[in-house]
Amino acid sequence: MLARSVGMGWAAPIVMSLTTFAGSSQFAAASVLDAGGAASAAVVAALLLNARYIPIGISAASSFEGRPFRRFLQAQLVVDESWALSRRPDGSHDRTILLGSGVVLGLAWVVGTIIGSLGSGVLGDPNRLGLDAAFPALFLALLWIHIRGRRELAAAAAGAAIALALVPFTPPGVPIIAASAACLIGLVW
Amino acid sequence: MVVIAVGAGTMAMKAVGPVLLGGRPLPPWLAGPLRLLAPALLAALVVTSVFASGRDLQLDARALGLLAAIVALALRAPLLVAVVAAAVVTALARAVT
Repeated sequence: MLARSVGMGWAAPIVMSLTTFAGSSQFAAASVLDAGGAASAAVVAALLLNARYIPIGISAASSFEGRPFRRFLQAQLVVDESWALSRRPDGSHDRTILLGSGVVLGLAWVVGTIIGSLGSGVLGDPNRLGLDAAFPALFLALLWIHIRGRRELAAAAAGAAIALALVPFTPPGVPIIAASAACLIGLVW
Repeated sequence: MVVIAVGAGTMAMKAVGPVLLGGRPLPPWLAGPLRLLAPALLAALVVTSVFASGRDLQLDARALGLLAAIVALALRAPLLVAVVAAAVVTALARAVT
């Protein structure tokens, strides 16, 4: 629905849910486009946000088995939620929960997108309903989940500061990409 | 184009660990920054989607919506409740002004 409001048509969001299957980055790309940012900025912002799947995938790597292509397909079922649900206290992952919850989440995600995409015409102007405030609230809720300690909090504060400082001087989308520099805190801390 | 690029990129990043590494851990100098990417970017998305309109910084009804979301999350409300609260408060604020 949010994607429709930025003029993405009805098919693009559905394809995106099928392939990307990582809500935050899909919303991020839609948000950058909504702000009038360039397509390239939307892609970079979304991919940077999804870069967390490199360490997440690595931490779950031992729960996948079979040939590389099979592991490639199974890896697509890893999302924040299935990863968190299947994590055992010792840091390993329950394979059944990981893949099972991944399938359920994936189906719900795609079906929800189809409903939102086809049904949004009925609702009229999304901003009148306050849907433009749904974007930041969603990002905030996701951020809430990601903050596990002071390092994450520091990175978030630095990222927000960088982005706000750049808004008046750069095209939309660029401040968000620049904010990724805040992750360098992880090098020294 | 955006859809295809993001989709392909994400699929590749998700698969990199399981396909190439098997079970070996990532070097710590790389794992630290990668883990902080998501919070940094999400925070940037929050502030830009609340306070920016194009290249202008603005304080409007969206800020009230964000405040509602913060309250909801602080009360341990589920994600969906926080999002709906933000939308409702923003819509109400617009209807009043």
